[in-house]
Amino acid sequence: MKRHAPDLIITTAPFLREGSSTPELMRQVLLATIPVVAAGTWFFGFGALLVIFTATVGAVAAEWFLSGNRSGLGTLADGSALLTGILLGLTLPPPIPLWMAFLGGAVAIALGKVIWGGLGHNIFNPALVGRAFLQAAFPEPMTTWSAPVSSWFSSSSPYVAVDPRTFALPLMRVKTDVITAATPLGLAKFQGKGTDLWSLFFGNTGGSIGETCAVLLILCGLWLASRRALEWRLPVAALSSVFVFSSTLHLIDSTRYPGPLFMLLSGGILFGSVFMVTDPVTTPITRTGAWVFGAGLGFLVVLIRIFGGLPEAVMFSILLMNAVTPLINRATQPRTFGY
Amino acid sequence: MTGLLQAIRKSPQPTFHHGVHPEENKGRTNRLPVARMPFVGEYVLPLSQHLGAPSPPIVVPGQRVERGEAVARPGGFVSVSLHSPVTGTVKAIELRPHPNGKLMPAVVVQADPFASQRDQFPAVPDPLLSARETVLQHIQSSGMVGLGGAAFPSHVKAKVPDGKRVQFAVLNGCECEPYLTCDHRVMVENPGDVIRGFQILLSLVGAERGYIGVELNKADAIAALRAAVGRAPLPIEILGLEVKYPQGAEKMLLDAIFHREVPSGKLPLDLEIVVNNVGTAAAIAQYFDTGKPLIERVVTVTGDAVSRPANLLVPIGTPVSAVLEHCGLRQGEARQVIVGGPMMGLAQKDLDVPVLKGTSGILAFTSETVRVQAEMPCIRCGRCLDACPVFLNPSRLAMLVRTESVDELERYHLLDCFECASCSFVCPSSIPLVQLMRVGKGLIRQKKSSK
Repeated sequence: MKRHAPDLIITTAPFLREGSSTPELMRQVLLATIPVVAAGTWFFGFGALLVIFTATVGAVAAEWFLSGNRSGLGTLADGSALLTGILLGLTLPPPIPLWMAFLGGAVAIALGKVIWGGLGHNIFNPALVGRAFLQAAFPEPMTTWSAPVSSWFSSSSPYVAVDPRTFALPLMRVKTDVITAATPLGLAKFQGKGTDLWSLFFGNTGGSIGETCAVLLILCGLWLASRRALEWRLPVAALSSVFVFSSTLHLIDSTRYPGPLFMLLSGGILFGSVFMVTDPVTTPITRTGAWVFGAGLGFLVVLIRIFGGLPEAVMFSILLMNAVTPLINRATQPRTFGY
Repeated sequence: MTGLLQAIRKSPQPTFHHGVHPEENKGRTNRLPVARMPFVGEYVLPLSQHLGAPSPPIVVPGQRVERGEAVARPGGFVSVSLHSPVTGTVKAIELRPHPNGKLMPAVVVQADPFASQRDQFPAVPDPLLSARETVLQHIQSSGMVGLGGAAFPSHVKAKVPDGKRVQFAVLNGCECEPYLTCDHRVMVENPGDVIRGFQILLSLVGAERGYIGVELNKADAIAALRAAVGRAPLPIEILGLEVKYPQGAEKMLLDAIFHREVPSGKLPLDLEIVVNNVGTAAAIAQYFDTGKPLIERVVTVTGDAVSRPANLLVPIGTPVSAVLEHCGLRQGEARQVIVGGPMMGLAQKDLDVPVLKGTSGILAFTSETVRVQAEMPCIRCGRCLDACPVFLNPSRLAMLVRTESVDELERYHLLDCFECASCSFVCPSSIPLVQLMRVGKGLIRQKKSSK
């Protein structure tokens, strides 16, 4: 009788796995960004694609150099740095100079992720840390928007449109004739002008590269939910919360406060709900916590948009909620069986 | 939208909360009738193959033993006898490899190649006409333990402590572990034994009603049991349950049937319920019918490294290597051999370990099935929280184990984990969560013993 079979593998149970993997989850979110990138390019021209690309290069470069990688893909293999770069790019204004996009990508990874200990250890959404840095450092370019160069009803080719500011170098001032445009939220806040809901729905408005096309963002969110690549409670809670709080205000005084549909379709709330709030690392792990997070987020968004000094509030609201996520987790531990 | 739909749709079939749905992989064996494993030369009978005190040997090397003769006696109340499965000679009492990975004292019996190995056992009294104490003693001396895997002495479960009472008795026919079909075959082929064994248990604990929980992927077993009950007006009900792991865990099963939770640190007895495995009930009936002590059991042998998968009636003590050889192990292709089920079993290095009373399956996998994946950081996706049947937070517990935060581990109820491995099963980052839970329990024990 053979006493030993030396090539038998010893591991501990379970010997079966469900089969999903973290890089696979990242890949699905990356796939979901493709139509959003395409739409941003369609609305804001080739320059927008350059912005996304440059922000991604910044993020990927920072990840590779700062995470102690020596050869090969290293920590890039999980796809999270790539995703952070693309998501940051999608939240930037289309005419932002490329060097700022690059810097934003690098800061997103360096201060948003690596400094905390890498993937899974950061408190704040890395892409939004990068964006917040840019907002603080370069307030003017971060709030200069271009009008969409194309619309569903125009025949002009968007793929060659590049804003001259895109290639501006540090300390360089660029004169430009390209039409700037306010975002729908800016119009509402500073000029008291409304925007057609259909334009908001299809994305034919000024705004950050990836945030304008509501219908596409909703479809991407539904697709990700169907692939179980996102925790559906988070976006559902956030959007419901915005709906509830803005409806309440709208019912109190419909002339001063915009309606809930406008609040949901404009600005970054849809983009944030589908792509930022669903970052599992920086949002609550408990299911109750997901509802709390979403509710708090919607409340802050409505509060800042309507009563604050800024027209848009999604970024700061998410970062604020990120900060309290450990507390939410602690307070919403599930009841153990048999207690 | 599967997640969303699952959350909205209430399951129409009774089950517990959370849990996972591993691929069943029962198709290769669930229609195979139980066959007999041929006798081999040497049998290894570890003195500790049940929960509780080891059984001291009552034979000496060189002594001749008959098939069914006791070789060890109960080492206390929570302990049972041990019997030789063959007529032969005691070869040695020495340390032998045990499926738990250690060397454990065992009685080694060399089978007599000329013995008939017929079933001839001393008569036993009628359990329904004898005194309760007599029946319990017989169950203990028959070596009976729970055949579901934990191998808890059956007479201990059947003895209701003073001051307690039992309202319901439950038989566990879930067999929620993938691949395993031994309980399934017992229910299909010997439903009468299951029911008669259950009646003995019902009368021992004085329960007013009995329930048999069977997962709905075993429709033929449910039908067979119902037919067996149908002929007599018995207070026994067969319940079909949703297919979900780990429904065979006692606490989960009671949640599924009664929608009641066993309080933390308590037993089903505290809910006035007693749970036994269907295989145990059948073995008890067979013992009182024929006098045959627990010397063999049904084992499912399968996996893609086995060319002739089977449900085998295997004498206790048969080496795993002999069973695998009998089932056509693909030598050289097998990369992993597991004793038990794929969710809670143990990987083996030395295939000379014996089949124990608690061995429900032997699985052999090729490199096609064995995948060792590199661990990645936790991204707090929360899937382990959705999987955990006792509602723990494995992600947080794993972190607390790594930082050795023992007080926090207790505060987060680590000791309520029963190591079903659902968390590891779903983890997309391949974090060895259940292993970390075990380490954490060790840390808590260490701290308690150092006090």
